Amino acid sequence: MAMTDGKPRTRREARRAQGPYGRVQQAVNELDDRLGIAKGGRVFLDKIFPDHWSFMLGEIALYSFVILVATGIFLTLYYVPSATTVIYHGPYKPLDGMKMSEAYRSTITLSFSVRAGLLMRQMHHWAADIFVGAIVVHMARIFFTGAFRKPRELNWTIGIALLTLAIFNGFLGYSLPDDLISGTGIRIAYSILLSIPFVGSYLAFFLFGGVYPGTVILERFYIIHVLILPLVILGLIGAHLGLLVRQKHTQFPGRGRSEHNVVGSPMYPTFMAKTTGFMLMVTGVIGGLGGWAQINPIWQFGPYQPPKISYAVQPDLYMGWLDGALRIMPSWQWTGWGHTIPWEVFLPAVVFPGLVFTLCGAWPGLERKFTNDYVLHNLLDRPRDRPKRTAAGAAMLALIFTVFAASSTDVLANYFDVSLNGVLWFFRVAVIVVPLIAGLVTWRICIELQRIPDAVQRKRAMVVSRTAEGEYVAVPAAPRPGDVHVELDPEPVPVRIDMEPEPVGTVVTSEPGIRRVTR
Amino acid sequence: MTPDQPHADGELGAVAPDGHGAVEHPTGVLPVATMDDPHLQDAARYPRRVEGIVALFFILGILGVCAFGAAYVENASTQVLAASLAVGLFCLGFGLTAWGKYLMPQGPFVEERHPMASKPREREAMAAALVERTGVVVKRRRMLGGLLAAGMGIFGIVAAFPLIRSLGPRPGSSLFRTNWKKGTLLVDSTGKPVHRDDMQVGGLLTVFPKGTESTATKEAVDQTVLIRVQSSKLVTMKGRTDWAPDGYVAYSKVCTHLGCPVGLYEQQLELLVCPCHQSMFNVRDGAFPVFGPAPRPLPQLPIYFDSAGYLRARNGFDQPVGPGFWERTTEGNGKASAT
Repeated sequence: MAMTDGKPRTRREARRAQGPYGRVQQAVNELDDRLGIAKGGRVFLDKIFPDHWSFMLGEIALYSFVILVATGIFLTLYYVPSATTVIYHGPYKPLDGMKMSEAYRSTITLSFSVRAGLLMRQMHHWAADIFVGAIVVHMARIFFTGAFRKPRELNWTIGIALLTLAIFNGFLGYSLPDDLISGTGIRIAYSILLSIPFVGSYLAFFLFGGVYPGTVILERFYIIHVLILPLVILGLIGAHLGLLVRQKHTQFPGRGRSEHNVVGSPMYPTFMAKTTGFMLMVTGVIGGLGGWAQINPIWQFGPYQPPKISYAVQPDLYMGWLDGALRIMPSWQWTGWGHTIPWEVFLPAVVFPGLVFTLCGAWPGLERKFTNDYVLHNLLDRPRDRPKRTAAGAAMLALIFTVFAASSTDVLANYFDVSLNGVLWFFRVAVIVVPLIAGLVTWRICIELQRIPDAVQRKRAMVVSRTAEGEYVAVPAAPRPGDVHVELDPEPVPVRIDMEPEPVGTVVTSEPGIRRVTR
Repeated sequence: MTPDQPHADGELGAVAPDGHGAVEHPTGVLPVATMDDPHLQDAARYPRRVEGIVALFFILGILGVCAFGAAYVENASTQVLAASLAVGLFCLGFGLTAWGKYLMPQGPFVEERHPMASKPREREAMAAALVERTGVVVKRRRMLGGLLAAGMGIFGIVAAFPLIRSLGPRPGSSLFRTNWKKGTLLVDSTGKPVHRDDMQVGGLLTVFPKGTESTATKEAVDQTVLIRVQSSKLVTMKGRTDWAPDGYVAYSKVCTHLGCPVGLYEQQLELLVCPCHQSMFNVRDGAFPVFGPAPRPLPQLPIYFDSAGYLRARNGFDQPVGPGFWERTTEGNGKASAT
């Protein structure tokens, strides 16, 4: 080694002098000098992610949010939130020369005259539907496996808030193009606000800036949709993931897995590769949908004109359940003492979703109270082992899906050529009966499944043979490959940084006026 | 290696994770899967083959994203853009996922959880700090605390007021008003007045008060549906005997359920149907709801023919149009009329 004066003469020598990890080591050193990242960073690279397919549901939601932000930024470059009346001239001939709002025209223009504009808009819409859908499925996974239990109640609550905000922001988003259907949706939202007793008319007037439709609603919806709610959602997602890292993942019971460890594959490189690949796949699928599966073709609906409406108007996926609830509600209003309470709107559109979300948010607390279970849980339940909880979840899902289906009463009546009245009454009964049946059947199935040992394993064939005495004997056949899934003993993560507990908190007074706290 | 740069080999490699059966890997890296590793997925037993497949997907992905770029430059159709983007990103993602799943260390590895809970002593110290300092600093100076709280509270209220108050006007009586007044001419969406002979029995027209037909704000509230039915079939409610001359009958087009325009007319049954939630209103019988969630009939606009034979409003609506709200009085809630 030609290091005469201790200074490296060539780059190669300089690198060698930094140790076997070269420039990376230097970068780590530089960062660590300033930020102290080495210890925590190493732990983070070693962070263990349990391998279970159901853990990717939340990732779908996360990545569709990423796509929403990316495509949304693209859309803001072209969309104009203005109700000013303008006349469209452009490549889409059926609308040529028509009067419409600036908002509608800019949406048509970005769809037809901006490169990849339609792709971005449809990807944005698909990503929104997938975002909400994935949140619900992810939430069902958390619920049925009991992942919401102590210590993760707070994260469950954040998740509910995220779902609510996602639905709200979805509604605001599809209201922005100011097409015939979204305009009708805004009209309904205004009426729902009006229905709230005591303060409804004030709320509606403050939000819309006056009598419907007012002049400011698009601008207000726009800023809420693109700035305020996304920021809140982003913050809550940050908190959601922060808590997840801090509290570590839950995991299903299995060999070597306990309440006190996490078994799986490491953050770097395995999980990072898989999750980045998954993000690309989700983006690819949404991109494919955005170009090949038409969604919200606003040019077919036409611009919003308050006296116009089309047949079979339906809201977006995630508002469908509220629409269904509004449809099957009987026409009960209360009047008296010079006042009106429109129960026919207030109950299904305000009280019902309020109760659903409150019940979801309160569930961890309720379950803790009723089961007297105050200990920490890091191992997941199999749904069958908690039949009551599973039944309650199934009943809730059945309720939501029934009211969701009820938002298509007119379409069903047309399609099956039955009376609309019959369909309506079917759903009025079904909305009570179906959840009950779903809950009871689920509960029963759970109980039955509990009695089957090793129900996860594939059924083995029985070979029946007759002995010379005429006796029949059934013997299980030899296991085939794949019949038995053998779990392996997990291996400790190699090489951990020393994290020896240090003595905490003795107060030493050394000099007068100065107190030193050792940590 | 300079002495002041600690290195994973010497110092850290020997430390076991929490002392639980440490497996030492002196290089500090995760063990790369080998052929005889029982943890491997079946497919991973043939790493060359997997590598080939991953490479194939990466190449497809590269072709896809290149095609996306070309499609963008050529301003290709949305379908071509989407297909190239989807193929490109999906293949890259699939390859990367397969790489991670089959060719990277799978474990299972185990990591100890470190309990969130601090030691009882630390908890107590925290609570003690809160309680004792509160006692020393705050409780003894109650008045100061109260004053500060009052100041901040008042500021919160007075800061919220301009914000809320500036958002919009108070409702006042605006929900009770429309632009229909005594003598207002009925015009269609183009501003043309409606003559006695303009409509056949069974005809339907959306009308607006003259002068406001082009403003969206007014359209939303004032829209009224004018229908001509056989006057002999019309059931006239008490007090409304002269509201529907010659079988011309006018109702507010704003649904009393949620305010959608009651845009469908079932001619045979003479029902107005709201397409949003299927409320149905009987045109012949005071637009009383016969089906669906709407709780009230559509308000009726009294109309008459002026001397030139054009339709005019005899008066405004006798009740607020559209959906219900708290301040709405009980007007117009009359039960089904006598037939």
